[in-house]
Amino acid sequence: MTPEIGQLCLILALCVAAIQSVLPVAGAQFGNPAWIAVARPAAVTQLLFIALAFICLSWAFVENDFSVLYVATNSNSELPLMFRLAAVWGAHEGSLLLWVLILAIWTSAVALLSRTLPDVVVAQVLGVMGMINLGFLLFILFTSNPFERLFPVPLDGNDLNPLLQDPALIIHPPMLYTGYVGFSVAFAFAVAAMLSGRLDQQWARWARPWTTTAWLFLTVGIALGSWWAYYELGWGGWWFWDPVENASFMPWLAGTALIHSLAVTEKRGLFKSSTLLLAIGTFSLSLLGTFLVRSGVLVSVHAFASDPARGLFILIFLAVVVGGALSLYAWRARSLETSVGFSPVSRETFLLLNSILLVAATGLILFGTLAPLIAEAMNLGKISVGAPYFEFVFPIVMVPLLLVLGVGMHSVWRSTDASLLARRLRWPAAIAVLVGISLPWFAWGEAGLLTVIGSIIGLTTGAWVIGSVLLNPIARLRGKGPRLTRSMIGMHLAHLGIGMTVIGITVTSSFNIEIDQRIAPGETVTVGGYAFRFDGLEEIAGANYEAVRGTFTVSRGDREIAKMIPEKRVYRVQTSAMTEAGIDVGWTRDLFVALGEPLGDGSWSVRIQYKPMIRFIWLGALVMALGGLVAVSDRRYRSRYPVADKSPDQPTDLATA
Amino acid sequence: MTPRRQRMVGTGLVMAGVALAAVLALRAFQENLMFFYSPTDVIAGSAAEGTRFRLGGLVIDGSLRRETGSMEVRFDVTDTENTMTVVYAGVLPDLFREGQGVIANGYLQADGSFRADEVLAKHDEEYMPPEVARMLEERGHPVGSGTAAIEK
Repeated sequence: MTPEIGQLCLILALCVAAIQSVLPVAGAQFGNPAWIAVARPAAVTQLLFIALAFICLSWAFVENDFSVLYVATNSNSELPLMFRLAAVWGAHEGSLLLWVLILAIWTSAVALLSRTLPDVVVAQVLGVMGMINLGFLLFILFTSNPFERLFPVPLDGNDLNPLLQDPALIIHPPMLYTGYVGFSVAFAFAVAAMLSGRLDQQWARWARPWTTTAWLFLTVGIALGSWWAYYELGWGGWWFWDPVENASFMPWLAGTALIHSLAVTEKRGLFKSSTLLLAIGTFSLSLLGTFLVRSGVLVSVHAFASDPARGLFILIFLAVVVGGALSLYAWRARSLETSVGFSPVSRETFLLLNSILLVAATGLILFGTLAPLIAEAMNLGKISVGAPYFEFVFPIVMVPLLLVLGVGMHSVWRSTDASLLARRLRWPAAIAVLVGISLPWFAWGEAGLLTVIGSIIGLTTGAWVIGSVLLNPIARLRGKGPRLTRSMIGMHLAHLGIGMTVIGITVTSSFNIEIDQRIAPGETVTVGGYAFRFDGLEEIAGANYEAVRGTFTVSRGDREIAKMIPEKRVYRVQTSAMTEAGIDVGWTRDLFVALGEPLGDGSWSVRIQYKPMIRFIWLGALVMALGGLVAVSDRRYRSRYPVADKSPDQPTDLATA
Repeated sequence: MTPRRQRMVGTGLVMAGVALAAVLALRAFQENLMFFYSPTDVIAGSAAEGTRFRLGGLVIDGSLRRETGSMEVRFDVTDTENTMTVVYAGVLPDLFREGQGVIANGYLQADGSFRADEVLAKHDEEYMPPEVARMLEERGHPVGSGTAAIEK
């Protein structure tokens, strides 16, 4: 019975979504307060039904109801309960259900936390979000029903893909989706602004916290995915420029540009068109990501079994959403733009550069990701674009961006005195160059010329960003400079995180040592000054797998540092092998051992790696997200502003830049 | 400088930057572009010796061999018409299995074998790299649907 209740809930949610996407928008257009008033209750009702459907599916997993096809395909009675619950979003159908659940949560959050917004705006925003959820509910019901029954009922399930049997899987997709889907709020605000013709600084102030919140979740989601790939895919890589990774990274880049563009729109009433375009673009890239993953058109570690009907549906949906929003933009945007002057050296200019460079980076990644599809469509053969393309073009855009960031942070609105700026920034610049040149030398010794050049550029850039971030707090400690508001502290933290991540990426990619080696018990291999002794193997049994566990003793000089126990697991149901790497975590370096295969004479092939400062990559991302959190908590987002404020272009509080 | 001149210089600089970035990006793109070939394509001469490409097909059952104690493995990849030997010195991915689809990145050696520097076999046990699946279908060997595995 439960699966049928779940399905019924989805159908009811669909009906509510249909009402929510028509009545409030029409009400706002024709000024019918009764229709407008439908928006909030509809949003909450929709959430209720979708949450019930989600609970029904989770229940089927808890109860091992293998008469449900999706449960039979992705679970097993031996699977621990924690993973059975996570398996709800372990494959296509369930992850889409999670998608609509999260969208419904965002919609209800807007409905409940928007008391300071005029009802008309709320109606339009919720209406647009209702349309999006309508599309996805249709998609689920017609192409990807998670409640489909299976007959005859199998005795046991096919088990969850062993790669996904991991604690990080429990939180990675929800975080990522919360970010992805959260950009729908900014999108809905943009559409509402175009519909109503109201796009003032007040509007930007409403849209900002939502956008930043979505962004911070996406940041954490991407970082978790990278961390998970590092330890669970088994081979120590932390970013592969895989189409699906790119699919999550592109909305992040566009969303970052959007956050900054919104800041200009709020403070100065400028850049309205680019803010609108970025809001549309960011969410479109989220949808495109969903299309790329779900249609299986691209080769990827994440690609589920492909289904052309699904791909086609999302493609049409994408065309409708993006096409609709862009037509609306073409029709209305010109009437919204205002022109206020600013000098070439001003915060506006630097933020404009920021948007241009972030969009350029997004474009380059989009090109590399879609090139195989385009080539295939044009009959140019089956191609793939390797990671080196991305590794080459991305820094070309990012290094200038980060240099601009350091200057931009200390510029002021309208016009900045360039010589004053240069005087303030001379110390961070000098220190950055010093760090960039000396650190590789002292810490990691010799390396190839290209590596050295790359690491100097990367470290200088990272140190420059951090140095520039620290200027204000240091001035503050010495009793000078302005008091920092929460949103400024958040901005500083986020930029500090960027600097940390850049340093982590630079050092790891430049000085990482990786060897594949044959090793027999008792033998020792030395990597990066660390001696790895292979002590031997034992067989162990887990809940739903058997494993061979190796023991390695790591020492440096005479001092024993760590015992590492990499495993090679074989999961019973899917009979697939899984490498669980042994990792010794540290601030300045990770040590990494993974078992390959037995070579027949008692020896094994192993991969041993020395990964300097790799933790900074994810730590930096967490600091960025923390920055977002602090910025969102700024008081001005919570205070009630006069609803009837219709004086758009009076800069209200320039002090809280 | 007059504001007009300033704008012109600014625009010029931005355009020069964009042009430079585009040229660099296109070069990087061309250099890192890899074509996908089946053994039949390779035998027909599609792949020049020494250029890197992706070879895809099914690993023939029982073809995996290694000399005891050596890191180097050899296995045969087929598209059901032609077969090529792949040589790889490294750790094979977890999901590499005989009888299943695989993609190897590398280049053609003078002796006609394929030297791989990367071997990809991905995700779940039914997973078939889309290129390989399409290639097999073109040759009249469709791969089973996604739910076939539960009925075994």
